Amino acid sequence: MALTTSSLRRAARTTRTAKSGGAGPSGWLAAPALVFFLVFAVVPLIGVVVLSFTRWDGLGEIKLDGLSSWATVLTDPVTGNALIVTAKIMFFSFIVQAPISLLLGVFTAGGQKYRAALAVLYFVPLLLSSAAVAIAFKALLDPNFGMGPGLGIPALAQDWLGDSDLVLFVVVFVIAWQFVPFHTLIYQGGVRQIPASFYEAAQIDGAGRVKQFFHITLPQLKYTIITSSTLMVVGSLAYFDLIFVLTAGGPGYSTRLLPLHMYLTGFKANDMGAASALGVILVVIGLGLALLLQRLGGTNRNASQLEGA
Amino acid sequence: MRQRIGLIVSHSSHHPTRGTSVDPGGTIGMHMNIGKLRTAAVAVTAAALTVSLAACGSAGPSNAGTSGESPTMWGLTGGNQPVLQKSIDSWNKDHPDQAIKLDFFANDAYKTKVRTAVGAGQGPTFIYGWGGGVLKSYVDAGQVADLSGFLSQNPDVKDRYLPSILKNGEINGKTYAVPNNNVQPVVLYYNKELFDKVGAQPPKTWDDLMALVPKFKAAGIAPFSLGGQSKWPDLMWLEYLVERIGGPEVFANIAANKPNAWSDPAVAQALTKIQELVDAGGFVNGFSSIAADSSADQALVYTGKAAMILQGGWIYQTIKKNAPDSITGGKISWTTFPTVSGGKGDPANVVGNPSNFWSLSSKASESQTKAAEEYIKKGMFSDENTQALIDSGAVPVVKGIDSKLAASPDKNFLTFLYGLAKNAPSFTLSWDQALSPAQGDAMLANLDQIFLKKITPQQFVDTMNATIGK
Repeated sequence: MALTTSSLRRAARTTRTAKSGGAGPSGWLAAPALVFFLVFAVVPLIGVVVLSFTRWDGLGEIKLDGLSSWATVLTDPVTGNALIVTAKIMFFSFIVQAPISLLLGVFTAGGQKYRAALAVLYFVPLLLSSAAVAIAFKALLDPNFGMGPGLGIPALAQDWLGDSDLVLFVVVFVIAWQFVPFHTLIYQGGVRQIPASFYEAAQIDGAGRVKQFFHITLPQLKYTIITSSTLMVVGSLAYFDLIFVLTAGGPGYSTRLLPLHMYLTGFKANDMGAASALGVILVVIGLGLALLLQRLGGTNRNASQLEGA
Repeated sequence: MRQRIGLIVSHSSHHPTRGTSVDPGGTIGMHMNIGKLRTAAVAVTAAALTVSLAACGSAGPSNAGTSGESPTMWGLTGGNQPVLQKSIDSWNKDHPDQAIKLDFFANDAYKTKVRTAVGAGQGPTFIYGWGGGVLKSYVDAGQVADLSGFLSQNPDVKDRYLPSILKNGEINGKTYAVPNNNVQPVVLYYNKELFDKVGAQPPKTWDDLMALVPKFKAAGIAPFSLGGQSKWPDLMWLEYLVERIGGPEVFANIAANKPNAWSDPAVAQALTKIQELVDAGGFVNGFSSIAADSSADQALVYTGKAAMILQGGWIYQTIKKNAPDSITGGKISWTTFPTVSGGKGDPANVVGNPSNFWSLSSKASESQTKAAEEYIKKGMFSDENTQALIDSGAVPVVKGIDSKLAASPDKNFLTFLYGLAKNAPSFTLSWDQALSPAQGDAMLANLDQIFLKKITPQQFVDTMNATIGK
């Protein structure tokens, strides 16, 4: 069996080499992804850019309207507030999620049975949809009928979702609760890729656990950290469903972050022009952040980290 | 402030949708470089999108424009859901060739969905609405049919309605929507047991109301419940206060898009009174965390945690369903909104929803329209349907039901509500429905800030003046 597959693979490699002249896999392999990307990302994006120069309430005719939607969006204080809320949520969810998921990932990468069992438990929130998570937390955090009064613990009966200062942290907590398992999984995979020989060598040199973590695990996880951070930071620009169900952007504008502001402008206020302008801003910020994070990771991404392994 | 009701989230019936999100962690090896990772992520996301889009496509309604199909109808979940379901079931049984396909949606989800669907030509034959600015936007876009001809050919249909309520379906002198259920003025509900406990009377004036606040607080009871997270219950306070202080003309000017109409002193005075009540601790702790959509606000009153609540006539149906003892035992009582000294408004005026309405899609096929008109003529407000509405604790918007109301076990509430609606010199439609969607959205968000004391009444007035005409 093993022989058959390996010989098949060798045969496949030969044909491929023959056809593409040794230049690696054929570019056609990217075609399906490219088609999807064009149809579902590029075409709608162009549509959104065009719509941002129009006036449309979602029902009637689409009328060209020059820059007026842009003027509305850029002068509206709610947009500025939405940007600040987005930045805050991005920052806080990063500094909460990154260390927790890194440590949990390193912990669950260990071979012990109880760690495997815990890893499965940690994974559970990821199986729930954001809407279900939000509805559950909304019920738990209700100041009159939620877990505080239910368990008879007054400290838990805060105005969690109604206090403008508190609500942001509640949102960050719920986001972390849902997404830490995902990032833990990424780190777990990353840690398991690190060759055991590194640790053996370090042990011989007399390095303790903490030193091993900082001098082997952390540097080896560089690209995992970049991947996870990109997903975390850019993902913050997409937190919509969870917050929409949990707080609907309130109280006031306290949790109305950019994607939610875009949705509410488009589908509650029915101003598709302004909503499209907000969408364009969102795309620009997202791309900028993704590029920036990759730059931070260094340019030579093909350099091997496994030299000497 | 529409009829947004009764959907208590029960975890048994709402099974969470499982694992539909993309799991790139499982498919992406860590040795992949970022470029590949991005391509893979895009491919996976695109695939997921296609799957979900395909799912939407198949789950959505069939195109209303195709001919020879049965009419489609979208209704709202909540107090009237079983009544409408019953009406359609019996219609379909008797008219298998004109059967109506009925689906229900939760209020907020419905409002977004129906507009998007109608805009895309995928809307239902029967469009559920509230009249006002939203109906006008459908009329302006040519999406709903003019029913004036139908009504003049069928005077029976026209004559069965209370005229003041039928008027709310008119835009520019033509009827585009006909009332389909019950009158829903906003009233002040109170817990009689709690009033007896502290030895108080329901408030007749705003000063009475303010005087009640410390009394209830001293007894450890919240004076008012409020579903602040849903925002629209906040609006009921502003609507009534502006009505009592300045009369119906104040909002009529706003709705007519007159420049600086929000600057009428009645608006700022009403907002100031609201903030005074907030400062006095009039609203239950954590009111801005409380969602009216889950009926948590009314539950506070019948469970004895709050003494009063200003809410729509429709919550009676939900209370009746969720806590029937509190109705039969006389625990829950009701009264009109108090007067404000020096106010210009007639104390008999009310605000709220005159009714809900059916509009017919102008894109519906001939057979769909014909079947739909037949239902409006014979199925809707049949004796059976009217009685079912009354039994559910609602007042149908038709004439000649006094004896039926008097025979109902809920006669105290029903005759009160009917009298309120019938005798009101002015019945102002909920502002968020009367205004255009853009204005309505800004108003609710800014009013929320007023209740949170994040902005002053003057800031509210200035912000809202800037939205006039949008």
